[in-house]
Amino acid sequence: MSFNAITMWWAENTRLIELLVDSLWETLVMVFTSGFIGFAVGIPLGVLLHLSKKNGLLENMVLNKVLGVVVNIGRSIPFIILLVALIPVTRFIVGSSIGTAAAIVPLTIGAIPFIARLVEGALLEVPSGLVEAAQAMGAKPIQIINKVLLPEALPGIINAVTITLVTLVGYSAMAGTVGGGGLGDVGIRYGYQRFDATVMMITIVILVILVQMIQSLGDYLVKRVDHR
Amino acid sequence: MIEIKNVNKVFYQGDKVINALSDINLNIAQGSIFGVIGSSGAGKSTLIRCVNLLERPTSGEVFVDGVDLTKLSEQQLTQTRRKIGMIFQHFNLLSSRTVFNNIALPLELAGESKSKIKTKVEGLLKLVGLVDKRDVYPANLSGGQKQRVAIARALASDPKVLLCDEATSALDPATTISILELLRKINKELNLTILLITHEMAVVKGICQEVAIIGDGKLVENGSVGDIFAHPKTELAREFIRSTLDLSIPGDYKERLQTERVENSYPLIRLEFTGASVDAPVISHVAREFNIDISILSSNMDYVGGVKFGLMLAEFIGSEACADKAIQYLKEQKIELEVLGYVI
Repeated sequence: MSFNAITMWWAENTRLIELLVDSLWETLVMVFTSGFIGFAVGIPLGVLLHLSKKNGLLENMVLNKVLGVVVNIGRSIPFIILLVALIPVTRFIVGSSIGTAAAIVPLTIGAIPFIARLVEGALLEVPSGLVEAAQAMGAKPIQIINKVLLPEALPGIINAVTITLVTLVGYSAMAGTVGGGGLGDVGIRYGYQRFDATVMMITIVILVILVQMIQSLGDYLVKRVDHR
Repeated sequence: MIEIKNVNKVFYQGDKVINALSDINLNIAQGSIFGVIGSSGAGKSTLIRCVNLLERPTSGEVFVDGVDLTKLSEQQLTQTRRKIGMIFQHFNLLSSRTVFNNIALPLELAGESKSKIKTKVEGLLKLVGLVDKRDVYPANLSGGQKQRVAIARALASDPKVLLCDEATSALDPATTISILELLRKINKELNLTILLITHEMAVVKGICQEVAIIGDGKLVENGSVGDIFAHPKTELAREFIRSTLDLSIPGDYKERLQTERVENSYPLIRLEFTGASVDAPVISHVAREFNIDISILSSNMDYVGGVKFGLMLAEFIGSEACADKAIQYLKEQKIELEVLGYVI
């Protein structure tokens, strides 16, 4: 395909291009908003899961079991079902059960337990000797969390953030079910249902590039903060 | 400075009850270096962790600088721990912080100002000899350097007591010596009381004034290092002293060793010199007096706390009667002696 052919295709398909740009924007909004809120809730939840464990810093077996069960329930419901099941909640929070904003609610709720488990895993990799050393130094529990656990687990947490964002890109494709829009939705409606292979290819390529960029940025940040 | 009174620690493992510490009593004077030695599983790690209550004793009291730690609230304990430094076998440095920031951590926890932290940490870097490693991450340090950082970190909050939990066990012998020298230096310069636990008798020998031997959760012996080396009262103490010397019979000798004396064989004898042994040049004396030749196979003599002690493996070459008389004489000199067999 020559340069001319591309410009011609571009001129002929302005509406499609507008659609792709809009839906890319919708995808980014959905992924990053739900990711951001998800981390704001999921990271503290993961810390709490880790600390309340047996022999943990703030051992509380009842709390740990309850949180564990709640997180597992959240993790086991297929996202597409969660999306529909949460409609009343969504309507209560954003006032409508359709649209991009409405899709963000189930995406966030789906992401929270996912992030919590990943963060818990990252914290588990911090050697227990470090916590012990901090305790011997006279560190308060909050200081141990802020100055030892989180900084030491940071490479793992950044990795968790990357994995979550990539997963959310995938989940956001289902947002079309509730009229959330996004690239995945375009792929399904235009590419699959209208047999438009070009549109399908374009959405896939954009998604691949998006995922690649998130992963590369994540890897770069992990490399920068990891001094182990 | 440190007083441990009737401390017991019981662990439960399912239905099993494990007495990790039974009725431990210890008194450690201000400014001394006190060693606790025991083999792995003897309870020495539990003991040192009871001193700063990382492990809470099941019963008993722990006094540090006159304060009974077991009676303090969580908050008071946190404050008190700042005056008890601790170093570990695996250093436990934060990988996310540079050497400078690792040493600064206890000061940050105490809420010190930036400028005060800077002067304090730089002084400590000088003390442990790591000024040039200021901005390096722990991953790029050797084991000995890591332990120096850990020592500097432990000293940052001006503790009165330093607890060393197997601090040299992950280090090679040369590095061990340099770390022990550093500990001795800070003990002298800062008048710091040091409690260290180890399984290596060489560490105790090298640095401690007093030593306690722990076995199976019980304190079996306790006294000045010279005393323990000179007059070990228990078999466990004797074993530890032997472990520092470690004389084994070479393989080819073992093959030639007979249990009964036969023609043309000579006794292979292990001599053990202790503090009780007569301090005289007995070996050459015996050779001259009883007309035997003594062929020393291996020997390990040492001098600790004013006492000469050691082990020796030797063949007594001569007639049976002469050798017997020589053995008799050595026994009279309070040298412990064992005929291991007869070498053809």
